[in-house]
Amino acid sequence: MMRAMLWGQPVRRWQDRLRPNFWDLVAFPLLFGILAMIVVGAGGMNKPFDLGEPQVISLDPAVLPYYALRTVLRMFIALGASFLFTLIYAAAAAKSRLAEKILIPILDILQSIPILSFATITVTGWIALFPGSLLGPECAAIFMIFTSQAWNMTFSLYQSLRTVPLDLQEASRMYHVGPWGRFWKLELPHAMPNLIWNMMMSVSGGWFFVVASEAITVSDQTVSLPGVGSYIATAIGQRNLVAVGYAVGAMLIVILAYDQLFFRPLLSWSSKFKSETDPGLEPDRPWFLTMLQKAGLARAFRLAFASMGVFWNRTVGAAARRGLDLIGSARSAPMDKRSATPKWVERLYDLLLVVIAVYISYRLGSIVIQHVKLNEVGRVFYLGFLTAIRVLVLIAIATVVWVPIGVWIGLRPKLTAVAQPIVQFMAAFPANLFFPVAVVLILRFHANTEIWLSPLMILGTQWYIVFNVISGASSLPRDFQYVAQNLGVSRWVWWRRLIIPGIFPAYITGALTAAGGSWNAAIVSEVVQWGDTTLTATGIGAYIANASKDGDFARVILGSSVLSIFVLLLNRLLWRRLYDYAAERMRLDDV
Amino acid sequence: MSEAAPLVEINHLFKTYPVADRGERLVLDDLNFRLVPGEIVAVLGKSGSGKSTFLRIVAGLSEPSQGDVRYRGKQVNGPVRGAGMVFQSFALFPWLTVLGNVELGLEALNVPKEERRKRAEAAIDLIGLDGFESAYPKELSGGMRQRVGFARALVINPDVLLLDEPFSALDVLTAETLRGDLVDLWRDRKIPTQSILMVSHNIEESVEMADRILIFSSDPGRIRAEIPVPLPRPRDWNSPGFRHIVDQVYTILTTTPGGAAGKRARGEAALAEGMEFSIRIPDAPTQQLSALIDTLMEDRYKGRADLPDLAEYQNLAVDDLFVLLDGMQLLGFAHVGGGDVELTAAGKAFSNAEMDERKAIFGNHLLRNVPLAAHIQKVLQERPNHRAPASRFLTELEDHMSEEWANDTLERLINWCRYAELFAYDFDTETFRLEEPEES
Repeated sequence: MMRAMLWGQPVRRWQDRLRPNFWDLVAFPLLFGILAMIVVGAGGMNKPFDLGEPQVISLDPAVLPYYALRTVLRMFIALGASFLFTLIYAAAAAKSRLAEKILIPILDILQSIPILSFATITVTGWIALFPGSLLGPECAAIFMIFTSQAWNMTFSLYQSLRTVPLDLQEASRMYHVGPWGRFWKLELPHAMPNLIWNMMMSVSGGWFFVVASEAITVSDQTVSLPGVGSYIATAIGQRNLVAVGYAVGAMLIVILAYDQLFFRPLLSWSSKFKSETDPGLEPDRPWFLTMLQKAGLARAFRLAFASMGVFWNRTVGAAARRGLDLIGSARSAPMDKRSATPKWVERLYDLLLVVIAVYISYRLGSIVIQHVKLNEVGRVFYLGFLTAIRVLVLIAIATVVWVPIGVWIGLRPKLTAVAQPIVQFMAAFPANLFFPVAVVLILRFHANTEIWLSPLMILGTQWYIVFNVISGASSLPRDFQYVAQNLGVSRWVWWRRLIIPGIFPAYITGALTAAGGSWNAAIVSEVVQWGDTTLTATGIGAYIANASKDGDFARVILGSSVLSIFVLLLNRLLWRRLYDYAAERMRLDDV
Repeated sequence: MSEAAPLVEINHLFKTYPVADRGERLVLDDLNFRLVPGEIVAVLGKSGSGKSTFLRIVAGLSEPSQGDVRYRGKQVNGPVRGAGMVFQSFALFPWLTVLGNVELGLEALNVPKEERRKRAEAAIDLIGLDGFESAYPKELSGGMRQRVGFARALVINPDVLLLDEPFSALDVLTAETLRGDLVDLWRDRKIPTQSILMVSHNIEESVEMADRILIFSSDPGRIRAEIPVPLPRPRDWNSPGFRHIVDQVYTILTTTPGGAAGKRARGEAALAEGMEFSIRIPDAPTQQLSALIDTLMEDRYKGRADLPDLAEYQNLAVDDLFVLLDGMQLLGFAHVGGGDVELTAAGKAFSNAEMDERKAIFGNHLLRNVPLAAHIQKVLQERPNHRAPASRFLTELEDHMSEEWANDTLERLINWCRYAELFAYDFDTETFRLEEPEES
């Protein structure tokens, strides 16, 4: 009956809210365990370290829990950073037209840059920032995870901020809620369900990069940060398949815990921000959330957080509020105009942006030209083309395989309830952990690497297709099926006239996500190692991977920008068009 | 009473909206208005009369393009303090409980927490929501939600309540109860609110609540008439005095200066001189048009009906009824005036016809009375392949109206033409073509 109330006020009395109960028995060890883990894990991050110093990664399974802890910690620090970045970046883009003009295209491009390139390019900078400490490489890894999470969260928040219902905006203005209060009371809560969903998807995708980011190469030196990713890299170096198995097991537990302790509670909690309860989408109440809300101890923690919130409100909040309200009342006094920037300021601003863009392209271009011959640029485009073909063929294959299965599952509600969490779990599981198995198989059967390395690209990303097809099929109105049955349509007509148009929008969303993920995965999957053996497939992923192993910045930049161009072109020419088409012609909600 | 200092005072108010790069559209035209303490004023008008914009300007949510707006003698240049607003859509924050929503207005006024709670609870009790403090809006019915909307407005002890069609999203019974409760609170001085300004599209509702009713004309919005309602409260909907005022309102609403007949004559004349595209095609679905024409032919009316009676009999909101009447007039199926509607000979013929004949009559009248329809048909006939892209006509329309309006006009016309089988429209390619090409 009582709900957790962050924005509203708890109405029950103080005393019985703090009385211990059954859930405390569970909550106590869990909460203190988590606190202790944070302390231990964080302690390891600031160890002294110098470049070139060998990092010993033990393959003893007993250290795995500690490694897993470090990996998880990195993930959550990155998530926190992404959240902060999202709040500032998206708010700026949504509030200021001038900022929006440049921030949104930048975000679009950032999304298309291969995530592993971010780490290669910035790692030296991070190490220079914290000389003699492991914090440098640690930050580089966290930064890379951040880049895998932040962009889609930011887009989600930006879009939500632009679609705050007009009547709520008017109501908050009518009752004199200032810009600061409006952000926290209206805009952010409105954006919350989508933001949380995107955040969860980000974390799922992020595990892949956590694993990939822990063994960073800096000018021919490999820095191994303690973590599951390094553990598996070491196991690969020693051709130890058993250790690979341990790592897979550890990751399984980590992701299961993440799913149960974080993903489901947060998702369920976020449903309170929706304006209408949609019974179909309301998940079961996760046990962890129930515990957090029922246990007296947890309540005490919540109260502590609430009073911290009050403190924050009185200090930082009050100052920010005063500042913002001052600006706000001076600028946007009543009204319905969005901005009153004079035309010439805007023109000048545009000119400035163009000048900066030209300058940066010139500088980057000259770095690349110094090291790379022109015909190599042509070759990189050719490599990009090869990888593009791989991505598209793989998406096509995954479509043929998974669409019928997904539809079959989606039309059966009970099966869907079982299957969706499993598919979500599979999507979160870092597919790169399975790469060694593939390598062993390829070596055993002397298979063609050009062909058989390719499936690795889609190993982790195919689940987005499955997931979306299932949810598309399960949300098809029952009536449509009854009509089809009633008319006795043939199987072929049933697919062509009902199912395919019905799931198309959901499928496109899935395929788009899968394709984006596959491009990123290409860098890891076109070059794989097993001990001393290296298997390579020809493609732009391998080109970037090799360049970044050699610390060859010019080629990393060249490869990354070409890959970005491919991703942007494919998005514009293929995915976005299909998406718009689906959104316009095949929506079910305004029949 | 009316000698007291006005709460709201508006002089020579104009409001324009920019129209797609070309000039402006006048929404409110030279409005003068006073709201004095102790009165309830209702604003009535068809859609497009700018009545909602007017309320937002009074509230300080929207800026006048020209003119002087004062609240308690002070120039309005932002959301006014001391006025509570209630929205048609309730505008409750879904993530706040009833209590949280009601406290919202007090928080911004920096009322201390203890007092905030006390005042919010008092407002919740007053409006009959006690027991629901910790409920979320989505757990409440529409009527209860709007009570939260009222509690939120009343908790700040407003001098003036601004109501934007607050009852129109509610069912009839709920609306009646809530309306009664509000008027009682106000009359018994249980709330400090001195005056209420309400925008409405329900004529009976306005007559029940208001001391005077302002009737706005459309395109642009002007105050056409002011009707005092001197009836004692509580008011009985069926009393002769009440019915008389309702009739009076209908009469004014249906005798648009240069409206009805004028519009039609203008259309014919325009066709003669070439083109006139700026005719507003009402959003009247053909099925409802036919149904209303059939109703008018029933024995109850025999081709002529009293509008209040018709609205009640057909259970039609006034807005919807007027849209249909506009459609019937534009097509020449009926005359509207003096609070009555009367079918023309064509309207009667339409009603007596079978399906195919109906379509033919409809088509003939469409071509004759709507120049745009005739124009499209002419273009299609002249072209060898009898096809033309919609964009061609949209560009022509946009010379006369905003892009949005042009889109609406074309969309409505497409629906009428499809019914009349004048020509076909292909959604995917966005082209018009003749239904049956003449050759072949």
